Amino acid sequence: MLLAGGQGSRLYTLTEKTAKPAVPYGGKYRIIDFPMSNCVNSGIYTVGVLTQYQPLVLNEYIGSGSPWDLDRSQSGATVLPPYQGKDGADWYKGTANAIYQNLNFIRRYDPDYVLILSGDHIYKMDYNKMLEAHKAKGADCTIAVLEVSLEEASRFGIMNTDDDMKILEFEEKPKVPKSTKASMGIYIFNRDILEKYLIADEADPNSSKDFGKNIIPNMLADGCGMYAYPFSGYWKDVGTIQSLWEANMDLLDENSELDLGDRDWRIYSRNNAVPPHFVGGYAKITNSLITEGCEIEGIVENSVLSSGVKVARGAYIKDSVILSGVTIGEGATVNYSIIDSDTTIGAGAVVGRTRSADEQITVIGSDLNIIPGADIPGGTMVNREWLKDNKLSKE
Amino acid sequence: MSASGIIFSNIHDHNIPELTRLRTMASVPYACRYRFIDFTLSNMVNSNIYNINLITHLNYQSLMDHIGSGKDWDLARRSGGIKLLPPYITAYASNTNAQFQTRLEALKGVSYSIQKITDDYVVLSDCDVICNVDLNDIIDYHIKTDADITVAVKTMDLTPEQARINVLYESDPEGRITDILSYPTNFSGKADVALNIVVMKTEYLQQVVLDAVAHNYVSMTRDVMARNMKHANYRIYKYDGYFATITSFAEYYTHSMDLLTNPAARNALFNVKNRPIYTKVRNSVPSHYGQNSNVQNSMIADGCDIQGTVENCILFRGVKIGRNATVKNSILMQDTIIGDGAFLNHVITDKNAVVRDNRMLAGAEVQPFYITKGKMV
Repeated sequence: MLLAGGQGSRLYTLTEKTAKPAVPYGGKYRIIDFPMSNCVNSGIYTVGVLTQYQPLVLNEYIGSGSPWDLDRSQSGATVLPPYQGKDGADWYKGTANAIYQNLNFIRRYDPDYVLILSGDHIYKMDYNKMLEAHKAKGADCTIAVLEVSLEEASRFGIMNTDDDMKILEFEEKPKVPKSTKASMGIYIFNRDILEKYLIADEADPNSSKDFGKNIIPNMLADGCGMYAYPFSGYWKDVGTIQSLWEANMDLLDENSELDLGDRDWRIYSRNNAVPPHFVGGYAKITNSLITEGCEIEGIVENSVLSSGVKVARGAYIKDSVILSGVTIGEGATVNYSIIDSDTTIGAGAVVGRTRSADEQITVIGSDLNIIPGADIPGGTMVNREWLKDNKLSKE
Repeated sequence: MSASGIIFSNIHDHNIPELTRLRTMASVPYACRYRFIDFTLSNMVNSNIYNINLITHLNYQSLMDHIGSGKDWDLARRSGGIKLLPPYITAYASNTNAQFQTRLEALKGVSYSIQKITDDYVVLSDCDVICNVDLNDIIDYHIKTDADITVAVKTMDLTPEQARINVLYESDPEGRITDILSYPTNFSGKADVALNIVVMKTEYLQQVVLDAVAHNYVSMTRDVMARNMKHANYRIYKYDGYFATITSFAEYYTHSMDLLTNPAARNALFNVKNRPIYTKVRNSVPSHYGQNSNVQNSMIADGCDIQGTVENCILFRGVKIGRNATVKNSILMQDTIIGDGAFLNHVITDKNAVVRDNRMLAGAEVQPFYITKGKMV
C-alpha cells in the first residue's frame, strides 16, 4: 500500500498542481518511480496507490501501471482515491485512516502480510529481504530504519531497540535521542494484526489516525512483537526544496551510492516519445545530466535537465534543476535554481544568484512566462501571483 | 474508411550489407534511438492504421526483439495490432530453399492473410522510408481519384548511380501513370522517384495476388502494373516533405549527418505536432556529461556517459566516451565503448563495439570506417 496522497507543502510552488510523489526527479523520473520500481523488483505485484491531494498528474502517470509492468490481468497497480460510501463520503484523515478505508481492497487479495510505503523518498530497497527478516523474527510488525547522525535524529521518529533489533521504545522527533535508528516510514504488518489495530484506532475519537502517532505506539504498549529492519544505502527524503535539489545533485556525483544505471535493480519510469537531445555548435556542457528532447545551444554546468528543455545561445545554467519543457532565452542566466515545467525565461533574464553558503535556492513555478531582462533575486519562490505583483510576467 | 498496413521488412537488405548482415533492413539502427521500421510503424499508427502485417524473410530475430508485442507503438491490441508473417514453408515442400525476392512474391507467400483483410484500403510500405508523413493524405487522394493503385513519389534530381537503384514513374498531367522505369541504367536528371509507399483498394490487392499466383507473376511493376496500365487507374501522389532514401552505406552516413547540420530535416522528422516517432522503450538513465566533456553539434540518446570530446556525432543509447578521447564525424551505435585517449574520425561502430584506449581510427566521408557488432579494436 503506497501512501501517495501527500501534499508536500514544503515544496511550495512545485506541489501547487501536483502531489508530492509526482514531483519530477533526475531528468526523467518522478519520486513515485522509486517505490513502484522497488515493489516490482522485489516481486510485489499487487500495489494499491492511495491518492488524495491534486491527483490528476499522479493518476495519469500511474495509468494502467504499464511502466513498471504492473498492468496485469490479476492484481497489478490500482489507484485508490477517497470515495463516497453508504454512510457518506470522507477524505483520508491520516495515514492509518487511509489504509482503514481501503481494507476492502486488502481483503480482496487476502494477503498474509501488508507492506506500507510512502511516496516521498529516493532509495533502492529489496522489500523481499525485509519480509524475510519479518518472517524469521516471527514479528507482528517490522519497521525499516536508517542510521542517521545524532544531530539529525531529532528530526525523525527514533526506534530504541535491543541487540536483537526488537523495538523497545518509539520516540517521535525526540529532543534528546537515545538511538540513531530513524524510521523510514516503511512498515510490514501481519495482515490480521494490522486490521485489528486499524479498526480499534478508527473507533478511538481522540486518535489522529496516524501510523507513527497512534498505531505503532499502541502496538508497542500492547507488547506486540515489533522489530527494526536496518537499511543501509542511499536514502533521501525529498520533502524540502533544499533536499530535492541535493538529491538531484547527488546524481552528478560519480561516487554516489545511487546508481540509476544498475541493470539488476532498474528504476522504471513512463517514457514519452521524444527525439534524442541535440547539442548545438555553441554549447558547452559539463558535469550535467541531459535527457531526450533537449536542445542545448548555451552553457550548462552542474545541472540536471529534464526532457524537452531548450537552452538558447549564450544562456548560462549553473547548479540548477530544470524540469521538462522549459525554455531558457538567449543570454539568460540561471543560477542555483529549480525551474518547474513549461516555464519560459525571457532573453537576458537573471534567475537566482551564484551558489554560496548563505544563498538560498530560487524556485520558479510551472507554466510561467518571465519577461526578457527580468531579475529574480536568490531564494525567491516565484509563482503566477508573485510575477504579476512584480510586473515580470509576459502575459 | 479504414485501412490496413503491410510492411516489407527485408526489401533492400543488399543496399547496405554492412548493417544488414546480422539484421533486417527494418531493424537497422538510425538517428540515436530508432530503427528504420519505427518511421513506417509510427507513420501508420499516427494515421490511425492499427492493423499491420509485417512480412519478414531473413535474419529477423533482431526485428522480433525490437517489436516485441508492439506495445511501444500502441500495437498490442485485442483487435488488430501488429502481426509478424515469417516465411511459411510446409513440411513436405520440395523447394524449401525457395525464398521470395520481390514484393509480389512476398505477398503471394502471405496470400491467406491478405484475403482475410477486412479494411477498405491497404497501405503497402517498405521499411526504409525515413519520413514523417500523414498517410491519410495519400489515402484521401486515392479515394478522391477512385484509383486502383496510388504510388507515392517525390520529384528528385538523380545521378545515374541513384537512378540505377530506384524505380521512376512517368505520368500525365492528371497524375495517371504512363510509364515505369525500373532501375534504369542510362538515366539522369529530374524524375518522380517511388518512395515505396503504395495505397491499394483491398479488393484490388486481393485480386492481384490471386491472379499473380495463378499466372506465376513475380514483379508488381512489370507483371501487374505495366500490363494493366492502359485500362486500370494507377496514379502517383506527389509528396514534397522530407524523405531520406538510403540506398548505400555512404548514403546512410550522409543522411544521418544531415540530421546534425540541417535543422529543417530534424524538425520534419521529429517535431511534427501529434505525430511523434515511437520506438522500443529501453528505460535508460539520462546521459551524463563529465567534468571535462566537450560536446558540439551532436545528437545524443539517453544512457550515454561522455568524458571526452565529441563533435558532429550521433551517439546511440548507452555509449561511453573515455577521458581525453576525441570522436568526430562519427556514428556510434548502442553500447559502444570508446577508451581513454582514443581518436575517431568518420567512423561507424555497430552495437557493442569497443575501441581500446589510445587507438586512432579514421575513415573518409565517402567511405566511413566500419566496426562490426561486438568487435573489439
